[in-house]
Amino acid sequence: MSHLLEVKDLEVKFALRFGELTAIDGVSFTLDKRDRLGIVGESGAGKSVTGFAIINLLSKPGYISAGKILFEGQELNRLPEEEMRKIRGNRISMIFQDPMMTLNPVLTISTQMVETVLAHQDVSKADALDIALEKLKKVYIPSPEKRLSQYPHECSGGMRQRIVVAIALLTNPSLIIADEPSTALDVTIQAEIMDLLLELCETGDMGLILITHDLAVVSQVTEKVAVMYAGKIVETGSTEAVIHYPKHPYTQGLIKALPGSLQPGSRLNQIPGMMPTLTDIPRGCAFHPRCTISDTVCQMEVPALISVGDHDRMIACHMVGKTIP
Amino acid sequence: MQNRNGLLKIKNLVKHFDISGGLLDQLAIEKGRIVRRRTTVKAVNDVSLSIMPRETLGVVGESGCGKSTLARAVLGLYPPNSGEIYYQNKRIDNLTPHKMLPYRKKMQMIFQDPYASLNPRMTVKKTLEEPVFFHNKSITATQVKEKVAEVMQQVGVDPQWADRYPHEFSGGQRQRISIARALTVDPEFIVADEPVSALDVSIQAQILNLLMEAQEKRGLTYMLITHDLSIVQHISTSVAVMYLGKICELAPTKELFESPRHPYTQALLSAVPEIGRKKTEHVKLKGEVPTPINLPSGCVFHGRCLYVNDRCIDEPPRLIRLDSGTQVACHGVEDGRL
Ligand SMILES: Nc1ncnc2c1ncn2[C@@H]1O[C@H](COP(=O)(O)OP(=O)(O)O)[C@@H](O)[C@H]1O
Ligand SMILES: Nc1ncnc2c1ncn2[C@@H]1O[C@H](COP(=O)(O)OP(=O)(O)O)[C@@H](O)[C@H]1O
Ligand code: SF4
Ligand SMILES: [Mg+2]
Ligand SMILES: [Mg+2]
Repeated sequence: MSHLLEVKDLEVKFALRFGELTAIDGVSFTLDKRDRLGIVGESGAGKSVTGFAIINLLSKPGYISAGKILFEGQELNRLPEEEMRKIRGNRISMIFQDPMMTLNPVLTISTQMVETVLAHQDVSKADALDIALEKLKKVYIPSPEKRLSQYPHECSGGMRQRIVVAIALLTNPSLIIADEPSTALDVTIQAEIMDLLLELCETGDMGLILITHDLAVVSQVTEKVAVMYAGKIVETGSTEAVIHYPKHPYTQGLIKALPGSLQPGSRLNQIPGMMPTLTDIPRGCAFHPRCTISDTVCQMEVPALISVGDHDRMIACHMVGKTIP
Repeated sequence: MQNRNGLLKIKNLVKHFDISGGLLDQLAIEKGRIVRRRTTVKAVNDVSLSIMPRETLGVVGESGCGKSTLARAVLGLYPPNSGEIYYQNKRIDNLTPHKMLPYRKKMQMIFQDPYASLNPRMTVKKTLEEPVFFHNKSITATQVKEKVAEVMQQVGVDPQWADRYPHEFSGGQRQRISIARALTVDPEFIVADEPVSALDVSIQAQILNLLMEAQEKRGLTYMLITHDLSIVQHISTSVAVMYLGKICELAPTKELFESPRHPYTQALLSAVPEIGRKKTEHVKLKGEVPTPINLPSGCVFHGRCLYVNDRCIDEPPRLIRLDSGTQVACHGVEDGRL
């Protein structure tokens, strides 16, 4: 059976003067049509690098050192840049935290949208403009005709991100990768952007990879989730199961650290220490120095991501089944 | 509200910024005549509140609503255009720098970005010792050293690292250092402006625990500014909700989260994603936040409100106190419509 996207044993390294650093270390997951996958974890976990690797857009010293990325039957990591350009921004669209990564400040919204359509579709300029208008309506931009003639700086942050979503839709992609799309926005606007992504995935045929540090956002929008720590997936499964019954000590710690679930004023559950930097990733399980249930095996051996119990739940922890219920 | 016992009281505080620029920028042609036009950002508009000793007042609202400006005005970092600020019933907004000095020791601030607030060329030791010397000229060098070591211990920064510079620390550690700097002078009142917004969840919990512990041990009073409502719910005793430089609702925390009364508060709370809950309907507001340069007439929220009527457009609502203890500025509530 072929998936929309299959990431297999992905490894990303950064070639630096003093040697190579491994940023992504054996990440695998699949995504089917209409799937919504969340990638969560704290900063430095490797979420963005994973996203950039999929679209072959790693910035300079970074490169895919092992593994495969299969998208609609093509092996993306082997495609020449020229071919890749036909996929990126076309079959796969990206939405970033900062809308200005996508928007050009000196071009009107209409120019940018029309250019994007013309780059990938063989249509007239007038038709391209119609498509642009249709997509702006699809993301509920008020008076879309007026917006078309505006420049990005004339729009608010929330409106810009909405326009970026409209641009992402121009080519009817089958996959959208959204990297912290609402992190910089106020909560009422964040809720609107999330509504929009959810609606678009439910009514269209797209798959969505939502990269975020926010577990609450993930639990609202996605049905599958992968929790990353220090370049690896440490837990994955259905979002509901992972959020309600986290099994990896790191996932458990993250969820328990949130203020929401506790008696107001009580001490929050903190995870001691911090995420390691790439230069000093601990031996064995990278989480072991912060883990409350670690054993000697954790300091020696890297735990594999293995299936446990429920059908699609996988966890990378030596102690699963021993001390974790 | 103007409680006699409040540690800090703010009365009708107004802070506007003139952003007209130079004279040439201000000139415009209107009906064939040259006129000079000033542009002001109306950041804080007629805010009154009081904070009781040992209380934590959470101040929430979306970006640009005036939270940081309010914080800075309270600490005397921005002179207010009008209004009064009282600390222990003494008026402090009109003091000379010299007379303000003792209050600058009692009132400290913690910022969102500790990197910007710490001097990059100063070691941690120097950073922490400086305010102690400044506020206590007669103190001996040994006493300062002890004080600094004690506070470092308290905030969980190893005193052995005292000779390092800010860039050698992680974001979480730097925030601990800036908390230490606020604590070294034994303050009574701390304004924390988004103190954990730049930090990861696991580190956030560490810093929030530290703030709660310090409050418990030292009997501190906090004004906590944040856009994260779950944090406010967890550690504040009461909450002020701001919109376009005004307080639209001020209530005991439990009351605010259980029965928000102002239409804006209701929309805000409904938009907060909750972990483990599928996306539910949230209140969708009309339009967008107007700029604080041209404030709307009447209720500043009227253009986005689902319950607006003529009175809302014409007349600014007063902050009224309800039996529940909630104070709310909304004609709909006052008229019994909401
Ligand atoms: N261009 C780069 N050169 C060197 N290291 C990098 C580069 N980009 C990212 N990294 C490192 O890779 C790791 C993962 O980064 P990233 O994927 O951006 O994390 P996340 O998105 O989860 O916060 C981090 O340790 C980061 O410092
Ligand atoms: N020093 C300043 N000069 C001019 N305008 C300012 C200044 N500080 C803040 N403002 C403006 O005042 C309004 C309120 O800002 P701020 O208090 O920082 O809001 P918040 O902290 O709630 O995001 C904003 O419109 C902001 O642009
Ligand atoms: S005063 Fe009127 S416009 Fe303002 S919040 Fe209340 S009902 Fe809405
Ligand atoms: Mg990232
Ligand atoms: Mg602010």
